[in-house]
Amino acid sequence: MLTVAEVERIAQLGRLALSDDEKARYARQLSAVLDYAAELANIEVEGIPPTANVLAVHDVMRESDAVADSLDRRDVLANAPSTDGESFIVQATLDNGE
Amino acid sequence: MLTIHETREKLRRREVSSVEITQAYLDRSYRHNPRLNAYLTITGEQALAMARAADERIASGEDTPLLGVPIAIKDVFSTKDARTTAGSKILHNYTPKYDATAIGKLRALGAVFLGKLNCDEFAMGSSTENSAYGVTKNPWDEARVPGGSSGGSAAAVAAGLCCAALGTDTGGSIRQPASLCGVTGLKNSYGRISRYGLIAFASSLDTVGALTQDARDAAIMLAAMEGRDPRDSTSIDAQPVDVAALDSVSLKGLRVGVPREFFIDGMQPETEQAVRAGIDVLKQLGAEVREIQLPNTSLGLPVYYLIAPAEASANLARFDGVKYGLRVQGDDLIDTTMKTRGEGFGSEVKRRIMLGTYALSAGYYDAYYIRAQKVRTLIKRDFERAFEQVDVIAAPVSPTTAFKIGEKSDDPLQMYLADVFTLTVSLAGIAGISVPCGFDANRLPIGLQLIGPAFGEQRVLETACAFQQITDYHLQRPLLD
Repeated sequence: MLTVAEVERIAQLGRLALSDDEKARYARQLSAVLDYAAELANIEVEGIPPTANVLAVHDVMRESDAVADSLDRRDVLANAPSTDGESFIVQATLDNGE
Repeated sequence: MLTIHETREKLRRREVSSVEITQAYLDRSYRHNPRLNAYLTITGEQALAMARAADERIASGEDTPLLGVPIAIKDVFSTKDARTTAGSKILHNYTPKYDATAIGKLRALGAVFLGKLNCDEFAMGSSTENSAYGVTKNPWDEARVPGGSSGGSAAAVAAGLCCAALGTDTGGSIRQPASLCGVTGLKNSYGRISRYGLIAFASSLDTVGALTQDARDAAIMLAAMEGRDPRDSTSIDAQPVDVAALDSVSLKGLRVGVPREFFIDGMQPETEQAVRAGIDVLKQLGAEVREIQLPNTSLGLPVYYLIAPAEASANLARFDGVKYGLRVQGDDLIDTTMKTRGEGFGSEVKRRIMLGTYALSAGYYDAYYIRAQKVRTLIKRDFERAFEQVDVIAAPVSPTTAFKIGEKSDDPLQMYLADVFTLTVSLAGIAGISVPCGFDANRLPIGLQLIGPAFGEQRVLETACAFQQITDYHLQRPLLD
């Protein structure tokens, strides 16, 4: 069974703010799913390659590097919660003056 | 209700205009949607403008397989200038500035878009109960779920609120709701239709397809959307589907395999009976039926619920309150990100991000994620071996008919079991269709799943068409008033 501390660590990695209720519930529910997944530990997979993609395509290159139309800045910013008309506005990640 | 091909016939003969048909669907949708909650957004004015443009193209003699036909779109496809929520609060105010490739192709052919359809949040679920905008009701019994995640699409087609609907299938999200609502649902092979502009859930599993009134319409929708797209490096050109060839199909000598692992304890007896009766119909049509084995079937569920959440946890990292959607201001940037995601995502989405983050985290990556990908190879090989012996596999779609709203919503594992017969097809990346094959004692629809190899849609569609030529389950509709 996952502990609440483990749930908190995963939530931090996944950038999710969780309530205490959610932490307790997820500890229980994630443990149940992981117990179910533990079945896979008993399957013989020696020498079996992993499937990341079912298609036999690898390293697909762009067909050309020609300049083409793309969204203009107004459209790109149209759905942003905060902009100055030229950029997305976010909180500072560095202290001022440093 | 008219199918796509019947609608086109009437439009071609000028018996009716696209504006008239579109208005009729809009009227019916405005009347029934407040109860059914199949549509999240009805784009009435845009639809009528598209219908007028289609009528002009028809008047000028133009003829495409979808010109003037009113369809609706699962709300995970980016649609230019029409709100797109993915069933999530985090995208409650998002209006894309571009079309998904599949949408752009349908638009160019002159299809009319009626609106955006409800689904489980980010397509994660089997009932639409995970939508942030309320559950969709099953038109056959409004106390029951329509299945999911394309539940709004299935309900809208079943209730006659659109001629056909777009859906997506990552683990069963087209086939299972199609089965529970008594419509036809084609899950296409991975890579056959571009995923560009589709709001991503699990990128190695996501596929685009349609929920329709019959298999011929499914073929028409596939033909309209398929093909390589430079914007999706996993899309490829397959041999195009041949819609006209569906007119003269013979199943004589078709080898149909029935996997014993798909008939499990706990399955609703009426579902098994209807599916076996459906297989007998294929036999009557000349198919040779034999039992086959897909020994790793039971591993589909644990493999899927590691791989899909892992990919989801990476894909959903983009929802950070910066470029679009909800922002909940916190003390600093990380706090803002965490609060935005904590409030913006619903509980199933958070559960899967947690599960995927765990499976990908240091110390667990090999034991969970890589091991799941190796077992995925075994599942894929099961099908490859089976298709050396048979042309098509026939099986149930879901273990039961539509369940009651709320019945499974507190137990994630029980809910995941609704997809136990569809997950392996998704993991193998192959083709599968759900066609109506009967009803249970409560008059709830039952689906037959016909499965083909990768890019084997033509054979699957031919089998489904032949089945629908001598059965009438797909013609039966729920009474709404």
